[in-house]
Amino acid sequence: MTSELAFPPGLIMVLGAMLIPFLRGRQRLLLLLGLPLLTLVTVWGLPGDVSLKVGFLDYMLEPVRSTAEGRLFATIFAIMAFAGGLYAHRQASATELTAAFVYAGSAIGVTFAGDLLTLFVFWEIMALGSTLVIWSAGTQSAYRAGVRYLLIHLLGGVILMVGIVAHAIESGSLAFTAMQPDSFGNWLILIGFLINAGAPPLSAWIADAYPEASPGGMVFLSAFTTKTAVFALLVGFPGADILVPIGLYMVFYGIIYALLENDMRRILAYSIVNQVGFMVTAIGIGTEMALNGAAAHAFAHIIYKALLLMSAGSVLLMTGKRKCTDLGGLFQSMPVTAINGIIGALAISAFPFTSGFVTKSLETQAAANEGMLLVWLLLLAASAGVFLHAGIKFPWFVFFQRDSGLRPKDAPWNMGAAMVFFAFLCILLGVAPELLYRFLPYPVEYEAYTAGKVVFYLQLLLFSGLAFFLLLPLMRRTETISLDFDWIWRVGLVRLLRAFGRAWNRVSDALAAVLDTIGSRLGRGGRRYFGSRVDDGQQVHGMFARAWPIGTTALWIAVLLTAYVFFYYLA
Amino acid sequence: MKESSREPRTASQPEAKKHWLYRSENLPKLWVIQILVLVLAVLPEFFLHHHPHFEERGFTLDGTFAFYAWYGFLACAGMVALAKVLGIFLKRKDTYYDE
Repeated sequence: MTSELAFPPGLIMVLGAMLIPFLRGRQRLLLLLGLPLLTLVTVWGLPGDVSLKVGFLDYMLEPVRSTAEGRLFATIFAIMAFAGGLYAHRQASATELTAAFVYAGSAIGVTFAGDLLTLFVFWEIMALGSTLVIWSAGTQSAYRAGVRYLLIHLLGGVILMVGIVAHAIESGSLAFTAMQPDSFGNWLILIGFLINAGAPPLSAWIADAYPEASPGGMVFLSAFTTKTAVFALLVGFPGADILVPIGLYMVFYGIIYALLENDMRRILAYSIVNQVGFMVTAIGIGTEMALNGAAAHAFAHIIYKALLLMSAGSVLLMTGKRKCTDLGGLFQSMPVTAINGIIGALAISAFPFTSGFVTKSLETQAAANEGMLLVWLLLLAASAGVFLHAGIKFPWFVFFQRDSGLRPKDAPWNMGAAMVFFAFLCILLGVAPELLYRFLPYPVEYEAYTAGKVVFYLQLLLFSGLAFFLLLPLMRRTETISLDFDWIWRVGLVRLLRAFGRAWNRVSDALAAVLDTIGSRLGRGGRRYFGSRVDDGQQVHGMFARAWPIGTTALWIAVLLTAYVFFYYLA
Repeated sequence: MKESSREPRTASQPEAKKHWLYRSENLPKLWVIQILVLVLAVLPEFFLHHHPHFEERGFTLDGTFAFYAWYGFLACAGMVALAKVLGIFLKRKDTYYDE
C-alpha cells in the first residue's frame, strides 16, 4: 500500500525530544515514557507493507518502508528509549535527555528507511546526537573522547555518502535493498556500515568513547549505533562472505580486550564488540536461520547489555569509581544493583532460561546446519569466552572478589525500576522465546529447549566458570589500558608530525640562512620592485606588488575552477 | 604493571564480622559446592545421546564424552593464556593517553 499519510515513526522521538527542556519533574518523565510508547503504537499501527514514496531528482525516495526487520529493530529501540528514559531522567540534564531521544528517534528512522539517502540523513543525526550524549558527561576526558568519536563517525559518514553516490550512479537506484560487495560503491557502503558496527581496524572507538559518558548516557549509547549498523548489514549485505571472518575477529577481539581491561564499563564496551561480532558472523552466513539469529540476538542483546550498563552505571553513580581495582564486595550494600547485574550477566552468557540462550543458539545452530565446522567451533569457544569476560568477570570484580570496604547506598528508585524491568524481559524472553520468534523476519522452525541443548550449554558455561576461578591468579587486575589501532593516530601520527616538524624547522632554518645572504644582496633591488615591510607593520608596495590583491583573487578562482572541472569529469 | 596496593578491608576485619562469603573457613565449602555443581552438569552424559553435527565431514569430536565441558574449559584456558601473552605487548599504564 502506498500512503501519503504514513508519518515516519522515528520523527516522533526526534521532534518530541525538543519538548524535553521545557518540562520538569513528573511531566518530563511522562513525556520520556510517552514518546517511546507513542512510537511503538505508530510502528505497529502502520499497515504491514506501508510505503511512503517521494520523487527526488531522478530518484525515488522512500522515507517510510515497513518491513519485518525494521519493525523488530524499531520496537526494541523504542523499548530501550523507554527504559533508558526511566533510568536516566532524574540524574541526566535536559540536554543529555534531548540528545539521547533525538539519537534514539533517528535510529528508528534508519529502521524505516526505504532508500539510502533517508538512511544516510538519520545515520548522521545519530552521530551528532550520540556525540552530544557523550559530551553531556561534562568532563574534559568526555569532551576529548567525544571529539575522537565524532571524527570517526564523520569519516564513516563521508565513506558512506561517497558509496551511496557511487551506488546510485552504478545501479541507477537509491533503494535500500540487499546488495553484494561487488562494486566500488557497494564496498564503500559496506565499510561505512562496518565502521558503526565496531569492525576492525576501527573497533577502538566503542571502548574509548562510551565509557566516558554519564551512567545513563552509556546505557543509551550501547544500544543504538552498533545495532543500527547490524540492522543495516542485515538488510543490505545478507550472506556477504567477508562478514564471517570480520565477525569472528570482532568476537575474539572483544573477549581478549575485555579480559585485559580494568575499567568496568570498558569491559562491557569491549563486550559490545564481541556480541556484535556474533551478529555480523551470522549475517555473513546468511541463511534464514542465521539472519533470524542475528536479528533476535540484537533484540536480546540490547536488553541485557543495557541492563549490565545500568548496573555498572548505578555503581559508578553511587561510588564514583569505575576501576575493578577499586571495587569489590558491593553486593552487601547494593543488592538490587547486584542481582540485576547478575541477571544481565547470565543473559549475555546465554544461560538456559535467559534471553541470550534462545537467541544466540540460533546463530551457532545456523553455522552447524551449513556445515561450517571451523565457524561453529569458534563460535562455541566464543560463547564460553563471553561467560569468562563478561558473565563472570563483571559481577565478580564489581560485586564480589575481595571486599573493598565501600558501602554505598543502592541505586535510586528510578534506576532500580528500569533494571527490574529489563531483568524481567531477559527472563521472560528466555522462558517464552516464541514471544520474540513470531516477530523475526523469517519463519522459525527451531526448538530452543531440548534436554541435550540445555545440558550441553550448562556444561560449556559451568566449566568456563571453573576455568575462571582456577586461572584467577592469572587475571589479577592491573591499573592498565590496552593499546589498540587507535594508537596509530592518537600517538603514532602525532609523533610522526612532531618529528616532521622538527626536521622541517632544521631545513627551513638552513634555507633561511642561505636566503638571508642572497636576500641581503638582492635586497636593494627587491625593495624597489616588490616593496618592503616598514617597522610599524604597514606594507609599502613596490612596483610589481600593486597588483597582489587582485592576483590572489585570480589565483583562488583558478584553483576552484580546476577543482570543479576535476570533479565534473570524475563524476 | 602495578597491582593494586590498597589493603582490602577484609584483611583487617575480625573474621566474625565479615560476610560469610569472605570468611576464610568458608572458602573450601564454596569449592565443594562448585565441584558438586560441575559433577551434576556432567552426570546427564550417561543418559543423553550426543549427535555429532559434522559426522559427514568425519568430525566426531563433539560426540565424545562431556565434549562441551572439556571444550569450554580448554577454550577459556586458551583465551586467558592468549590475553596474558598479548597483554605483555598491549598493556600500558592507564594514564598513558593523558599527557
